[in-house]
Amino acid sequence: MRALGRAGQYVALVAYVVFLGFPLVWLFSTALKTPREMGNLNPSWVPADPTLANFAAAFGEQDLVGSAVRSLVVALATSVITVVISLPAAYAMARHRSALNRAATGWVLVSQVFPFILIIIPLFMVLRALDLVSTLTGLVLVHVTFVLPFALWMLQGYVRAVPRELEEAASVDGAGRLRALASVVAPLLAPGVVATLLFAFISSWNEFLFALVVLKDPDVATLPLTLVKFTGPEGVSRLGPLAAASLLATIPSLVFFAIIQRRLRSGLMAGAVKG
Amino acid sequence: MTATDVRPPRAAGPGRRRRPAPAGRREILLLMLPALVPVLVFSVGPLLYGVFLAFTDAEAGFNHETELNGLANFGQLLTDDDFWSSFRIGMIWAVSVTVLQFVASLGLALLLNQNLRFRGLARVLSVVPWAMPPVVIGLMWRLVYHPNAGILNATLQDVGLIGQNIDWLNDFSIALPAIIVVGVWTGMPQTTVVLLAGLQSVPKELHEAAQMDGAGVWRRFWSVTLPQLRPVIVAITSLDFVWNINQFGLVYVLTQGGPGGQTRLPMLFAYEEAFRYGFFGYAAMLGVAFAIVVLAVLGIYLWRQMREAS
Repeated sequence: MRALGRAGQYVALVAYVVFLGFPLVWLFSTALKTPREMGNLNPSWVPADPTLANFAAAFGEQDLVGSAVRSLVVALATSVITVVISLPAAYAMARHRSALNRAATGWVLVSQVFPFILIIIPLFMVLRALDLVSTLTGLVLVHVTFVLPFALWMLQGYVRAVPRELEEAASVDGAGRLRALASVVAPLLAPGVVATLLFAFISSWNEFLFALVVLKDPDVATLPLTLVKFTGPEGVSRLGPLAAASLLATIPSLVFFAIIQRRLRSGLMAGAVKG
Repeated sequence: MTATDVRPPRAAGPGRRRRPAPAGRREILLLMLPALVPVLVFSVGPLLYGVFLAFTDAEAGFNHETELNGLANFGQLLTDDDFWSSFRIGMIWAVSVTVLQFVASLGLALLLNQNLRFRGLARVLSVVPWAMPPVVIGLMWRLVYHPNAGILNATLQDVGLIGQNIDWLNDFSIALPAIIVVGVWTGMPQTTVVLLAGLQSVPKELHEAAQMDGAGVWRRFWSVTLPQLRPVIVAITSLDFVWNINQFGLVYVLTQGGPGGQTRLPMLFAYEEAFRYGFFGYAAMLGVAFAIVVLAVLGIYLWRQMREAS
């Protein structure tokens, strides 16, 4: 009976692995297939003649490279601006209890519940009034606004993790408040800042809906928009490069998650207060 | 808050222990201002204005005079067949994805909590969808579902389950179930991680005590694990429901709401009304209606859960 239970558990685990894994395997397999094999009416799991030509083809597409560069610019601008404006606020929130703390947390929750359409229509009107529709500046503005609440919440957690005593000790040693911040708090905060930067970068890099509404002009499309438009009437021959480009577009998120996982673990250990 | 208003004298005598001066309200406000302004201007403000727009006849065109029209949009909504069909689809989608996601994730979390081989592989796989851009997930599943070049048709034909290729995403009766599967796949990581964390915090002693009393595996699951997990389950299913009903990108990439509106989730409907046809006021009313529906569903759910818990 026990052995039967074990076997059942393994069967279930294998079923999960198959369900979760098979689309990924298929994406890889498609990315490695030649256009001729894609035309084959009886597709197989393993590419008969694996090739990296699809990746080269993806890089050769003017649209894709251009939109990847635009995505990069938007994501970099979003992450830097987000961290620069939320760091002081995060510090204030972590070190001083105020009504704003609760308001900020409340807003994070509210913004989850309300349908995006209620925000995006007025936002579109605001951008139109500022003449920022179909500009990267407009999109950065929108992305910063939407990443901000969560970034703020992340950062204030990291600030809280820096013991106040350290700051005070620096003051005892004669350092001014600003110096205490710069030489004691800042280095300890650096990993948290990096994590927040990465989070903002990924959110912006992956974002689709706001880009769809704000960037009306296909000439300024970001990567997700271009990927969606990639499959044209040419049909299956373009699926290989599409799969390759999709894989490349996923790399930043994967790197982020790999880093975050390690940080999560070390963060948990750091949580046990060190003397 | 009153104490912090009074700044203690700075720089007391040398050698005296100085705490970093408690900042006054002004300083806190100054530090928060750079973050506060964009949130107020670009999200709190627009949200309020969006609610206001719901009661106007606002349109996308520049030379359109916007006027208040009270509940006219709401009246139109109630008699709009497209809205009701989208509403029905949205509810089927949100409820079935949330429930299936929960059941599948609970099963996976229970397995991951056991000491099984290959657990590591399953653990990694269970977070990968989380790390993928939604657009890429949509495109990947389009490759899987592709009528001619897709692996699903090829495999099912090989096994002999289907006789001819199915156009999964363009079939009137299959498209919705097909995207529900993708929805479940996409949302499993968060749910699994949260449930697993919940499982790991169930005290072992409870299980041991139940075992001593002669409770079997199922009995222990129903009477010990589930009740202990309840707060976590309520929290994650509520969040999942909200996320699912507001889903847009994934389905936009998969079907654009087709075929014939069979997968037109409410947010796709609202997006089309606003940005394809330019009916800003009407689309905003859709948003308000859905905010109310979501809050009502959540309210009833949370209220029932709390009543049962006490």
